[in-house]
Amino acid sequence: MNKPLIDIRNLSKHFDRGRHKIHAVDDVSLSIEAGEIVGLVGESGSGKSTLGRTLLGLDRKTAGEIFYKGSKLPAVYRAKDFRRYARSMQMIFQDPYSSLNPRMTAGEIIGEALRLHSDLSKANIANRTEEWLVKVGLNIDHLGRYPHEFSGGQRQRIGIARALILEPDFVVCDEPISALDVSVQAQIVDLLGELKRSLGLTLLFIAHDLSMVRYVSDRMAVMYLGSLVEIGRSDRVFFDPKHPYTELLIGSNPEPDPSRERSRQKMHSIGEIPSQLDIPAGCRFANRCPHAMAVCHDVNPALRMVSHEDDERLVACHLYE
Amino acid sequence: MALLEVSDLHVEFAVQGGSVQAVRGASFSVNEGETLAIVGESGCGKTVSVQSVMGLIQTPPGRITRGTAKLRGQDILGGVAAGGREIRGTDIAMIFQDPMSSLNPTMTVGAQIAEPLIVHRGYSHRQAMRRAQELLEMTLIPDAASRINEYPFEFSGGMLQRSMIAMAIACEPSVLIADEPTTALDVTIQSQILDLMVDLQRTNNMAIVLITHDLGVVARMANDVAVMYAGEVVERGTVDDIFYRSAHPYTLGLKSAMPTNRQGAVQKLTPIEGAPPDLFDPPPGCGYYTRCPYAMEVCEATPPIVFDVDRAHQSRCWLHHKDCLQQVTQIYRP
Ligand SMILES: Nc1ncnc2c1ncn2[C@@H]1O[C@H](COP(=O)(O)OP(=O)(O)OP(=O)(O)O)[C@@H](O)[C@H]1O
Ligand SMILES: Nc1ncnc2c1ncn2[C@@H]1O[C@H](COP(=O)(O)OP(=O)(O)O)[C@@H](O)[C@H]1O
Ligand code: SF4
Ligand code: SF4
Ligand SMILES: [Mg+2]
Ligand SMILES: [Mg+2]
Repeated sequence: MNKPLIDIRNLSKHFDRGRHKIHAVDDVSLSIEAGEIVGLVGESGSGKSTLGRTLLGLDRKTAGEIFYKGSKLPAVYRAKDFRRYARSMQMIFQDPYSSLNPRMTAGEIIGEALRLHSDLSKANIANRTEEWLVKVGLNIDHLGRYPHEFSGGQRQRIGIARALILEPDFVVCDEPISALDVSVQAQIVDLLGELKRSLGLTLLFIAHDLSMVRYVSDRMAVMYLGSLVEIGRSDRVFFDPKHPYTELLIGSNPEPDPSRERSRQKMHSIGEIPSQLDIPAGCRFANRCPHAMAVCHDVNPALRMVSHEDDERLVACHLYE
Repeated sequence: MALLEVSDLHVEFAVQGGSVQAVRGASFSVNEGETLAIVGESGCGKTVSVQSVMGLIQTPPGRITRGTAKLRGQDILGGVAAGGREIRGTDIAMIFQDPMSSLNPTMTVGAQIAEPLIVHRGYSHRQAMRRAQELLEMTLIPDAASRINEYPFEFSGGMLQRSMIAMAIACEPSVLIADEPTTALDVTIQSQILDLMVDLQRTNNMAIVLITHDLGVVARMANDVAVMYAGEVVERGTVDDIFYRSAHPYTLGLKSAMPTNRQGAVQKLTPIEGAPPDLFDPPPGCGYYTRCPYAMEVCEATPPIVFDVDRAHQSRCWLHHKDCLQQVTQIYRP
């Protein structure tokens, strides 16, 4: 097996809120191979963005270790660490509106990372900026325009060019298409797929839209209340979910096909994701799970391999022990 | 006769240097006990269309320049029926994408649900609060008896949307207009809210106008569909017409831009290149001209008229002109 590009071991991130601790990410382990796209799904507040930010040192981890190409990333990032790792790891944000500085032109936004993190000459930076503008499907006329003069899809392209101009190996895409119209989502997904192939990018693709995640990613990881509850090949997880929470998520996903919707079994979904403040003892999903057993309320199930076939499926659920 | 029928609606907003033609020809209708979905990308005029019906367009800058809206054959455009009776909240109720912005943060949820009952139905405060609790129970809010005394900020997003629905159905409207009611919610909660809307519809025989940009939600909920693009309804039909017999290039484009989950099928998404036109300066011909793979010369300057494709199925596209029928057969029945 290849050495993973990113190896996350027992990562936790807790936030203090008054006397309480919020377990935004709790003991997460995941390894991502070079050239792979891993989709990360889960309800709002499950900790997806926090996991992404902690991976890149944008949030300081509480416990655990992260390895990049086999070497351990610092526990606390100093300015020089950001400079060093910015070249390897980058993030694309959800909101193409608020994540771009409204007073900078598209050209300045895209070239900024090179000004901060490289010793290239002005002329070289200008060349690279133009090159990336074209790579993401914009054109030279756009260089001097401001963010408000672009559509959502175009702004997202600027965000992508900004993140990729340093040619990182690993990119966390936090809901890069959620704020876009359907007709434009496919443009961005295509672009990411193409850049993945041509540059050998490795992506953690965070998204709400399960159909899109299935389409885009090689593997899918499902997060609930700060923990990963299932990991496996995207297609296999989508068509044959094992964890009851994955089953609920996928069963709730509306399909753009009326006859299949008419014959769909109704999900008896109850309740909502509890707050991170009162994480239940035992399995975190027990209060919503139609299969909960006595043991579920006492013992938190660990992720374990449940199928080997062509799909190394990991599931955290007592039903599979 | 349809319960609610909107025809040829045109709405514009005065802005610096001219006007935005927000709605440029919207016709749609919904029958009792059925659901009409209005789909289209952001800015295409979905919200403005239903706000015009409800009398929620601020004038100025907004102005309804043409069109009619009829409830049971009676004119109600602008939210007022004959004799000046307001239809908003009684005959037609509306829920919005962001429930927080339409709830009063300083009033308990119960008092807000009770208010229309006191105003429109002459309930006493006590009767209205009792009914508010029943409505919260109907919308499956846990511990309704104590929740009626809580404030909006104490509710989750899903519970707020349920409370909005409780408030909307308080006066038993015959039409419920829901503008992206689940867009901000997780799929699990979305599923619960959609199920709830269907259950209430069955009990009250209410018509639902559901605005969404999610074709999955349309497939689950709709009997009929109106597809909007650049201020116009470009295709109308039953849900099966729209999904299985699409007759407009934009609808076809949308369908090939999104993943379907057929097991084993290898699918390639085809994005629609470009962006919708600016409605400050709408194009003279077909609104979809610059993005349409089938565009013909006539489309550039001559706005297409609405063609009947089938009994209840219409498309605003020149390809349905009798001189193009050969081409249509090739495009739509590959
Ligand atoms: N800076 C912070 N201080 C305190 N709590 C935080 C902070 N950032 C995140 N949290 C909490 O951590 C939890 C996980 O948040 P996170 O943003 O990672 O969720 P998410 O899965 O990305 O959700 P969404 O789908 O809504 O983007 C939430 O309960 C959130 O309120
Ligand atoms: N108060 C307003 N002033 C000017 N333009 C407006 C106003 N409200 C809406 N518009 C414009 O009308 C068009 C349709 O908007 P809307 O109906 O909100 O779209 P959506 O289909 O996303 O609901 C858009 O171009 C929008 O910018
Ligand atoms: S461990 Fe128990 S409660 Fe948790 S998901 Fe599995 S069956 Fe359900
Ligand atoms: S009228 Fe012409 S441009 Fe418009 S959708 Fe039809 S073929 Fe395309
Ligand atoms: Mg997030
Ligand atoms: Mg809207």
